[in-house]
Amino acid sequence: MVPLSYYLAVAACLFALGIIGLFLNRKNVIVILMCIELILLAVNVNLAAFSHFLQDLGGQIFIFFVLTVAASEVAVGLAILVAFYRNRRSINVEDINTLQG
Amino acid sequence: MLELAFFYMFAGLAVVSALGVVLTSNTIHSVMFLIFCFFNAAGLFFLLDAEFIGIILILIYVGAVMVLFMFVVMMLEVNFAKLREGMLQYLPLGGMIALALFIEIIAATGSGVFSPEGIPDPGHAAQSVNNTVEIGKLLYTRYLLGFEIAAIILLVALVGSIVLTLRTRKDVKYQNISRQVNVRPEDRMHKVKM
Repeated sequence: MVPLSYYLAVAACLFALGIIGLFLNRKNVIVILMCIELILLAVNVNLAAFSHFLQDLGGQIFIFFVLTVAASEVAVGLAILVAFYRNRRSINVEDINTLQG
Repeated sequence: MLELAFFYMFAGLAVVSALGVVLTSNTIHSVMFLIFCFFNAAGLFFLLDAEFIGIILILIYVGAVMVLFMFVVMMLEVNFAKLREGMLQYLPLGGMIALALFIEIIAATGSGVFSPEGIPDPGHAAQSVNNTVEIGKLLYTRYLLGFEIAAIILLVALVGSIVLTLRTRKDVKYQNISRQVNVRPEDRMHKVKM
């Protein structure tokens, strides 16, 4: 039997790696989106672990909602990225400053 | 015992492949590592009796979202190596913040609140319990409003991404259907007196 704290430790590892990735790859929008996916995955592991150990299916329903929001966020984010790339021929975050005025 | 061995395998591979997502120089490899990470996380979900979520993770995430990532990476012609310049410049700050968060979460985890004495392991569900049926019962009764809001969010995302990427090209000839339908014979034919 695997204790609850082991699952929480795995989720903490995934979350910290996602945060590091956000800082390291701050020029590449695609990797930033993937790091957000990692962070949401860590949250999902936590929800599933608590759902199992507290015997409450509400946690799994919330994973369902988190997955929905993550999927739509990726779809819209990548669409913005493609639209931006068509105009500027670049996906560098530092080039996305046209709204500065 | 076997369960613990599987847990270590899934957890270890998930963390190692998450490290790969962050550190590889090639974005395609990053996407591949993330796919592997999602597979192992699905394994963890299976160990937690969340079979439906595990399958959803493989079908939706690996099957749809990661393929979308792969598609965009291959479609854009970008020099990814150039985007990595000055990458280590932010390692001290990012590493410090992530390490602080990690230590905080681990301290909370090991504080004894989540120990087996505090929250005992309920054991696995009986073979006759169908996870999908149970989720369905809950989703269509108690969480029905949330379910419909999720559907609307997906619809808005669908329409939004189509609107964002749709463009009318200037160098292609289009049909104007309403003009074609509304055309009258007088507009097209002139009788010329000979």
